[in-house]
Amino acid sequence: MTLFTPTSETEAAQIVADLALTGKPVTIQGGATRAGFGRPIQTEATISTRAISGITLHEPAELVIAARGGTSVAEVEAVLAAKNQMLPFEPMDHRTLFGTSGEPTIGGVVAGNHSGPRRIQAGACRDSLIGVRLVNGRGEAIKSGGRVMKNVTGLDLAKLVTGSWGTLGLLTEVTFKVLPRPERSLTLLIKNLDDGRAVAALSAALGSPFEPTAAAHLPAGLGRPVARTILRLEGFSVSLEYRIAQFRALLASYGEIIVLEGEDSTGLWRGVRNVEFLAAPEDAAIWRISTAPTRAPGMVAGIAAAVPGARWFYDWGGGLVWLAVPPGGDAAATTVRAAVATAGGHATLVRAPREVRASIDVFQPLGALAAVTGGIKTSFDPGRIFEPGRMYAGV
Amino acid sequence: MSAIAFPAPDMSIIRRRPEILAGLAALVPAEALITAEDELRPYESDALTAFRKMPLAVVLPSTTEEVSAVLKFCSEAGVPVVPRGAGTSLVGGSTPQEDAVVIGVAKMSRILDIDYANRTARVQAGVTNLAITGAVQADGFFYAPDPSSQLACSIGGNIAMNSGGAHCLKYGVTTNNILGLKLVLLNGDVVEIGGDHLDMPGFDMLGLLIGSEGQLGIVTEATVRILRSAEGARPVLFGFPKPELAGEAVAAIIGAGIIPVAMEYMDKMAIAICEDFAKAGYPMDAEALLIIEVEGSEQEMDDQLVRIIEIAKRHGVTTVRESKSAMETAAIWKGRKSAFGATGKIADYICMDGTIPTGQLPHVLKRIDELVTHYGLRVANVFHAGDGNLHPLVLYDINDPVERQKAEDCGLDILRLCVEVGGCLTGEHGVGVEKRDLMTVQFNKADLDQQMRVRSVFDPAWLLNPAKVFPLEGRVAA
Repeated sequence: MTLFTPTSETEAAQIVADLALTGKPVTIQGGATRAGFGRPIQTEATISTRAISGITLHEPAELVIAARGGTSVAEVEAVLAAKNQMLPFEPMDHRTLFGTSGEPTIGGVVAGNHSGPRRIQAGACRDSLIGVRLVNGRGEAIKSGGRVMKNVTGLDLAKLVTGSWGTLGLLTEVTFKVLPRPERSLTLLIKNLDDGRAVAALSAALGSPFEPTAAAHLPAGLGRPVARTILRLEGFSVSLEYRIAQFRALLASYGEIIVLEGEDSTGLWRGVRNVEFLAAPEDAAIWRISTAPTRAPGMVAGIAAAVPGARWFYDWGGGLVWLAVPPGGDAAATTVRAAVATAGGHATLVRAPREVRASIDVFQPLGALAAVTGGIKTSFDPGRIFEPGRMYAGV
Repeated sequence: MSAIAFPAPDMSIIRRRPEILAGLAALVPAEALITAEDELRPYESDALTAFRKMPLAVVLPSTTEEVSAVLKFCSEAGVPVVPRGAGTSLVGGSTPQEDAVVIGVAKMSRILDIDYANRTARVQAGVTNLAITGAVQADGFFYAPDPSSQLACSIGGNIAMNSGGAHCLKYGVTTNNILGLKLVLLNGDVVEIGGDHLDMPGFDMLGLLIGSEGQLGIVTEATVRILRSAEGARPVLFGFPKPELAGEAVAAIIGAGIIPVAMEYMDKMAIAICEDFAKAGYPMDAEALLIIEVEGSEQEMDDQLVRIIEIAKRHGVTTVRESKSAMETAAIWKGRKSAFGATGKIADYICMDGTIPTGQLPHVLKRIDELVTHYGLRVANVFHAGDGNLHPLVLYDINDPVERQKAEDCGLDILRLCVEVGGCLTGEHGVGVEKRDLMTVQFNKADLDQQMRVRSVFDPAWLLNPAKVFPLEGRVAA
């Protein structure tokens, strides 16, 4: 096992070129807080990105920040916060779920396309990402996109590599458009709705002109005995007062609205973003399912009927289901895959024992896109040295 | 632009025209196949009219199955294909070539499904951008990206070019508003990419496909996000005595944590041209105009405007005029969105489309001024100020070959300037043929080779829209 710690893109490119020459597979490691994600793989070599670090550009008036791949998310967020700005997509922190320590890196966030509750309003990580630099599997440093918000020059490889889990290249620099932090943020809470009614309420809210920036439903038993349906409002204070009143009228038939603010509000959304409600017991397997919101409750009911002990909650207005199941057998993969096939969407087994992840598909099977996926892998990494098999066998 | 070369037509394909036409005739109804010269004429160019090429034939399929059959036939016969939406590309994205079949999706213009609860609509590729909003606006919804050509341009073309518009400061561009695509690959295979849920599994093919300029396949259907319209929207005109004051005001507004839904800039020449056309009440004495639009309830808009006006005053604004009615709002936007058309009434022009870091605005405006003066030309500047997307319109006389060449050279110099200051060659129009040979200014060989290897995964023989995007020299396979 060899660990490389390049301090620059040039050094990283040379290391990769050397590995490519011998065809030696390599794992790319940032903060290693998500090491348990994906199919288990073993490589002789690891490249740590941690020494390729630092903010390279922050122009607050242009709403843009760039950082080298190994920069910690905490550093990026602190630099932005100092200018009253933030990453729009609210990246998930997996440390609670995986029981890991260490510092998540901004390159790791892009590699997994990790987006939090604000995804429904401000887009995913890939939507905020406006440029990347990376080293491909041939040991070449390449760029895509840039530092301006509107850019349609050539193929958008920046999006293509977002969420590719290091299988296409080693991210050396990422550039984002950012947003001002809202003046005020608060949560509207409605209690005691069942899943179907809750998603209907969230759909009504998201279909209103009053722009919730997050919408989730926590069924009874997740942290509290009663079900909690929550909406987050952010913006100027005057505007929020108005919108609270509008939501009270709009959602009157769903129940009383309670307003939460301060840590009561931010703590709740941190819990949603980081899936804290399902972190324990730590041996439970965790699925992440994206589907159309209105089809989610039915899909979940079907899974729950077949999998005793299943627990879940909904983010993204109902369209993102986090599901915990007992870890035995195939971690309910057969049931989950069948339910998702009916509902439409995709499912990822985020947390499960190693032997389970080794024996079943962790990511949504590719179907008709398998051949093109393999071709794209080859175009970046002909020797298949980067994270071989972490997403899909042969990729 | 007359200097931009097309690949030499493959004479062996042109000689096979009769058998190619017969093959196509067996695949689609007679009315879907255009072969007569006078009927082909409207397809010999798009909105970049400087380039005209007569294609072998035009096919206008009505179904995904027909697109599939035609693509499969062309790929097996080794015939290049040029996909076409509504033909409104300003960069020659759908300029044909003599040895190619044009596949136009204009007949596939149905809205297939609207789902308000999940806030999506499924549409065919030939539906116009504005027709999507038209289908949902009675229920209070809209489709966000709004290119100026939205009345005519197709969603298929928007997807090919990753089109933007005036309101993308808040709502993003095409790629941020598409959830799923039905794509016909060159071999005729039909694949679904994404769906009506957020984000797709595996590699982000949606991100790759959107903006790929018809080089990876032909999109026949799309699932788009529809959004609930704000309660109200109000554009306000801000006249400034100096361009740099307008630029500074934009930076200060963003710096104050305010993201208006649109911030549009026009210089004195653009103001005069658009006011003459739209009678929108633009301040004729201003050197620079910002149209800033806010959204929300009356009270929310008032609140935002108080903040914005205060900032504008600190930056020397001389005129502030709020729209007082829906009619005034329409006139204000009509003027801006007709900027290209109105300019076309007074002179021929080349419309450039670069993006720059907004902090470079004063420098770039000054340099553009110097460049056009150097070439002895005039320029009207309109642009999306919030995101740095410039549209300098270089005016010239098309009947004067010397001046035309100067205008083309000047336009290319402006784009080089955009790259030089940290921006890019195209913000929302695409590369097409117009900027193809400038790609090496923005990208090095390794960057371009990686893009071309990805392209070749979908089209190893370079049959799909082959004259576009990548310089003709140095093309690589997968």
